[in-house]
Amino acid sequence: MHSTRSSATDMSAPLLSVRSLKTCFPTRAGLVTAVDGVDLDVYPGECLGIVGESGSGKSVTFASVIGLVRSPGYVAEGSIRFGGVDLRRLDSNGWRRLRGRDIAMTMQDALTALNPALTVAEQIEEVLLAHAEDLPKRGRQAAVRERAIEMLRLVGIPAPAKRIDDYPHQFSGGMRQRIMIAIALSCRPKLLIADEPTTALDVTIQAQVLDLISDLRRELGMSVVLITHDLGVVAEHTDRVAVMYAGQVVEAGPTRELIDRPKHPYTRGLIGLIPRLSDLDAPIRPIEGQVPELIGLGGICRFYDRCEFRASKCRTDISMIDVGPDHRARCIRVEEILQ
Amino acid sequence: MSVAQPHPLLEIRNLEKVYQLNSGLLQRIARQPPLSLRAVDKVTFSVKAGETLGLIGESGCGKSTLARTVLRLHEPTGGSITFDGTDITKLPQKDMTALRRRMQIIFQDPYASLNPRKSVEDIVGLPLALHGLAHRREIRDRVVAMLESVGLKTAHLGRFPHQFSGGQRQRIGIARALILNPSFVVCDEPVSALDVSVQAQIIALLESLKRELGLTYLFISHDIGVIGHVSDRIAVMYLGDIVEIGPARELLREPKHPYTKALLSAVPQIDAGAKRERVKLTGDLPSPLAPPPGCKFHTRCPFAVDRCRRQVPALRNVGSDRTAACHLVDAA
Repeated sequence: MHSTRSSATDMSAPLLSVRSLKTCFPTRAGLVTAVDGVDLDVYPGECLGIVGESGSGKSVTFASVIGLVRSPGYVAEGSIRFGGVDLRRLDSNGWRRLRGRDIAMTMQDALTALNPALTVAEQIEEVLLAHAEDLPKRGRQAAVRERAIEMLRLVGIPAPAKRIDDYPHQFSGGMRQRIMIAIALSCRPKLLIADEPTTALDVTIQAQVLDLISDLRRELGMSVVLITHDLGVVAEHTDRVAVMYAGQVVEAGPTRELIDRPKHPYTRGLIGLIPRLSDLDAPIRPIEGQVPELIGLGGICRFYDRCEFRASKCRTDISMIDVGPDHRARCIRVEEILQ
Repeated sequence: MSVAQPHPLLEIRNLEKVYQLNSGLLQRIARQPPLSLRAVDKVTFSVKAGETLGLIGESGCGKSTLARTVLRLHEPTGGSITFDGTDITKLPQKDMTALRRRMQIIFQDPYASLNPRKSVEDIVGLPLALHGLAHRREIRDRVVAMLESVGLKTAHLGRFPHQFSGGQRQRIGIARALILNPSFVVCDEPVSALDVSVQAQIIALLESLKRELGLTYLFISHDIGVIGHVSDRIAVMYLGDIVEIGPARELLREPKHPYTKALLSAVPQIDAGAKRERVKLTGDLPSPLAPPPGCKFHTRCPFAVDRCRRQVPALRNVGSDRTAACHLVDAA
């Protein structure tokens, strides 16, 4: 078994702490609340998985964290604290010092995230130079280039000293994803946010990239947020996991505990959907219906229409309740359902 | 899972699809050496009536080209295709058109495969009109019946593709493929573009339609969980070759070819303890323009020996109803 779990996650103070986050996008159809009341903590050295389907708000949550919500969208409420700094009060200078150096993010599609007109060297050196105040001016360029080559070697690009002057299109999909990781890690951030780092990749390459992220996490002692729709990836690579549905976290807990003993009907449904190689006869049980529109929600459980356990008392705003050690779910019928 | 009958509905022998590159006028003037890309390289397999043959492999291995060549949407450059006892490899276009009523395809991308300017009624009814199988009034009735059996409503008839979600669009694509009452359907990554909960709905629909209508599927996916779930037998492709074929259950439980082993061991598992010992591959897929000599997999194979670099392994029996193309697997 390939395990990346560091058994004793440091439970001191969280590195990143998000409370009651609400992010909205005005549209012609009305105000879309893409993220609605999200609470999350990321502790030093741990890997937190964020699972959910498209439109669940997982990417927007972290775009909010890193201050990259695209206009006209905006963060409406909540607090985002990173190592004692209130990120919502940060000005552009503050962001410039923080992004890339302390928090880095890799985007889902490596081909569109990389600049096709710049060489890989230029793109890695750009980040390094932006945060190179401590290096002496003289010889800075050479030092930075050496560091960039070192980063490419770290992420497993063959012949890095030669390939560094190539352009993104000269690399395969897996290699491009590695280059993005190299850029993100070049300043040794405390927190790496990896948004679907392997979705576009084949399984054998996916395994290589995820192993790489896990190895680097241990080596550099950083925290990782792994955003994915794949519960298998979560099971093998994360310490804790938060499941998102329609803009909210509906269940959060230690990964193994949550997968083995899911409490929320949506999480249970999600796990029932996975075709398992270990049990081919287990039927795939679809969750009928669709995700609700994220406009004017409230006053009712968001999973109500699709839930096989719905009852009249679910017609109210539901908050997270404790369902086990460090395990919470947004369902008021948990006790009854589990009987 | 249905019990497959012995009679093969589709038989493929040494099928080849080679693309000639650099053969344009300018390239010839510039005297560039001609290049050939062997997208499908002498592939042999059969699909029995009533079964689902799953086809897995990584992107660029030739899965989709193989499926389209089988339907003669791409013309084969060698080998033969026999459908229900008839050799269709050289069948004239007119006869091929008539035969297409019985062989249909469901495409991967429900966004690109539906004409945005046509209503659902037109899209689903078009095959009937093209084949002259029904009058206008009758078309509407049959479209309505078809929409119902894929879980859409009569109210959807006049709507356009952009008014539907991804899962609903895929249902439209399925209705269009099945309205001619085909016996053989190629499903080319039919759920890859969909979210997991929608994916499960579409898989359940395809399985129930197969039972009701007695369909035979060639089911392509890069998702091994999905393939394991829907298939009776599985074929594994690597760089234009089929490297292993066998009954789904046995192949997944005990893969023979090192590539199948590596592929299966890379799939992330949610069950603790379900994980197999990892067969790690190094490097990327070689360029199909210059495939390695000998066994095409030897550059990434952790078990490769000298013989693998020199001699091409043939598909041979390695168990009951199981074949693999590897020098290192014991023959049965």
